[in-house]
Amino acid sequence: MTMVASSTSVASTAKPQKPRLNKDGASGLTLISPPLLYALLMLAAPLLMVITFSFWTQNYLDIDRTLTLKNYAEAWTDPLYRLLMLRSLAISGVVTVVTVLLAFPIAYYLSFRVTKHKALWIFLITIPFWTSYLLRVFLWKVILGYNGVFNSGLKMLGLITEPLTFILYNANAVVIALAHAWAPFAILPIFISLEKIDRSLLEAAEDLGDGPVRRFFRVTLPLAMPGVIAATLIVFIPTVGDFVTPKLVGGNDGLMIANMIQVQFGKANNAPLGAALAISAMLIVALISFVFIWLNRRFTTGDGK
Amino acid sequence: MSDIPTAADARTIIDARNVTKHYGDVKALDGISAEIREGEFFSLLGPSGCGKTTLLRMIAGFDELTSGTIAINGEPMAGVPANLRPTNMVFQSYAIFPHLTVAENVAYGLRRKKLPKEELQREVEAALEMVDLGGYGPRASHAMSGGQRQRVALARALIMRPKVLLLDEPLSALDKKLREQMQVELRRLQRAVGITFILVTHDQEEALIMSDRIAVMFDGRISQLATPQELYRLPANRRVASFIGVMNFLDGTVIGEDGDAVHLDIAALGKVSVPKSQCKSRIDGTAPAHVGIRPEMLTILFDETEQAEREVTGTISDVVYYGDMTYYDVQLPGAEKPITISMRNTAGRAVLEIGATARVGWGSESIVVLD
Ligand SMILES: Nc1ncnc2c1ncn2[C@@H]1O[C@H](COP(=O)(O)OP(=O)(O)OP(=O)(O)O)[C@@H](O)[C@H]1O
Ligand SMILES: [Mg+2]
Repeated sequence: MTMVASSTSVASTAKPQKPRLNKDGASGLTLISPPLLYALLMLAAPLLMVITFSFWTQNYLDIDRTLTLKNYAEAWTDPLYRLLMLRSLAISGVVTVVTVLLAFPIAYYLSFRVTKHKALWIFLITIPFWTSYLLRVFLWKVILGYNGVFNSGLKMLGLITEPLTFILYNANAVVIALAHAWAPFAILPIFISLEKIDRSLLEAAEDLGDGPVRRFFRVTLPLAMPGVIAATLIVFIPTVGDFVTPKLVGGNDGLMIANMIQVQFGKANNAPLGAALAISAMLIVALISFVFIWLNRRFTTGDGK
Repeated sequence: MSDIPTAADARTIIDARNVTKHYGDVKALDGISAEIREGEFFSLLGPSGCGKTTLLRMIAGFDELTSGTIAINGEPMAGVPANLRPTNMVFQSYAIFPHLTVAENVAYGLRRKKLPKEELQREVEAALEMVDLGGYGPRASHAMSGGQRQRVALARALIMRPKVLLLDEPLSALDKKLREQMQVELRRLQRAVGITFILVTHDQEEALIMSDRIAVMFDGRISQLATPQELYRLPANRRVASFIGVMNFLDGTVIGEDGDAVHLDIAALGKVSVPKSQCKSRIDGTAPAHVGIRPEMLTILFDETEQAEREVTGTISDVVYYGDMTYYDVQLPGAEKPITISMRNTAGRAVLEIGATARVGWGSESIVVLD
């Protein structure tokens, strides 16, 4: 409120001079200022803190505030951190590929085959989100466990005599749980990009001699690519940093970089190293994301190649 | 009527028999039968929703018929998918692939033929030249104007050398000037390549200008299939007559017939005998008849020296000045509504005022009798 008042009074007193912001610009800024402030406080401030931390050193209970790159050197050279980082990227990569590959046919079906009640279908897809994420990961334990639903089912059918152990407390379990959790986030952007495809383009491709398969690869897929890229980023970026799922169903060899970051901030009491690990992970993810966005740009404009 | 000597004895390229298409309760097509000849410029003309696009899509193979048959080049098309039919389509929205360049769009259908690269490029450039877009190949397709996109769509279809080119209102998105220019160009192009064109339009003038033959459609049926001249001079019924150009309708009565003449009593004009060739309705005995007269088939006699076969006197109730033409509404005694008369504004001819008395000249040749 005070901002509105002050900005208008500035504008009215400064009339003879050229106003710095035109009326629209000023009212626009005023309008977005609460969320902008909120975003600055909630997003940028913690990030700045983490960045600052990553250049400090922990001395037992004190923090040495001289700036140093020591944490980064450790984060990038220690084989354990490197292993966890690579494993995180690998698990996320697999999760992303699996999720997008599963999401695409569902989105395709929704967009091209479902003619009535599309909204209802989309609504149904979101139903798993009605329970908490934690609960769903626990449920995977029940399903995939040694005496879980999956194993006892297979045993009852006589397909196995001993319970399968490669499905829980390892990377496989993390992939299954994460792929399930993120599927709707992948389905929606792909669905939207498929919905945006002008159906006459598909008819034109058919008219020009393409059968369904060629048409898919020459028109449908390239035009759905922005949605696929968006889905990829939406799944990849957060799963790299996930720590709940690996902790609950990942066992020892399913642990990821975020688990280590948590340990550094907690038990190991080395927040600066944790911060350096976090910033390093963020930079790597950002780099990969930029590559994807660049790919996206190439697909959406007709003048690339 | 005799302006297309070759088309009359040309082969049938598309043979549609009793084609019906129902969408639920909607009868989009309700028993269409037509033979389209090889090499002709054929138009489907009708108001919005009459089923023109539906018929075109049936020919292209995008939708299944509810009943009836379509044969292209002698081969029945039932079960043949669109990608295997010898037809190509220019879509109303042009359907230019946004992720491809102009050249890639044009080459789209040729890619499958695995031509050597140079030959492909040559073909694409030739197709672009044909539609006056030489050199535009590397452009992004979104950087083309509406008229240019229309040409890209045309080149993309023509490069396939289809037996039949289907065009769904290809000019409706263009402004008037460009549309008129493209009408002439399309006609020229069709003559040059000799491919059968089937054009969908709701613009009667466009259909008259461009076509060898026109099928006028209403409510999923063909009301009349004829050459432009026949359609204009002898429309099959009042609906066709009022859709194509302007037509005055007068009430009359058939009072007799003999040999090849029909005797009519027209309330506003008097008694007249009309050759049977000008009667589209079946005449038997005494019956009410609908008489149609085109505005240009009537004249206003400006001075005593001008003569006409028959004459009536009326009062001018409205005047619309178009520059080259003036349209007069003249109230005749005994007529329900004023009739419209068009007069060319030749040198020295005055434009009459509302309320003036006008002598209207007409003749038995001016009249058609309709259902
Ligand atoms: N997919 C469809 N589902 C249901 N009804 C349809 C479908 N396609 C067309 N129709 C109906 O069929 C009729 C004919 O449609 P069509 O598109 O052929 O008209 P048109 O003559 O091309 O009209 P316009 O000049 O407006 O393009 C219309 O009543 C339309 O509502
Ligand atoms: Mg249409």
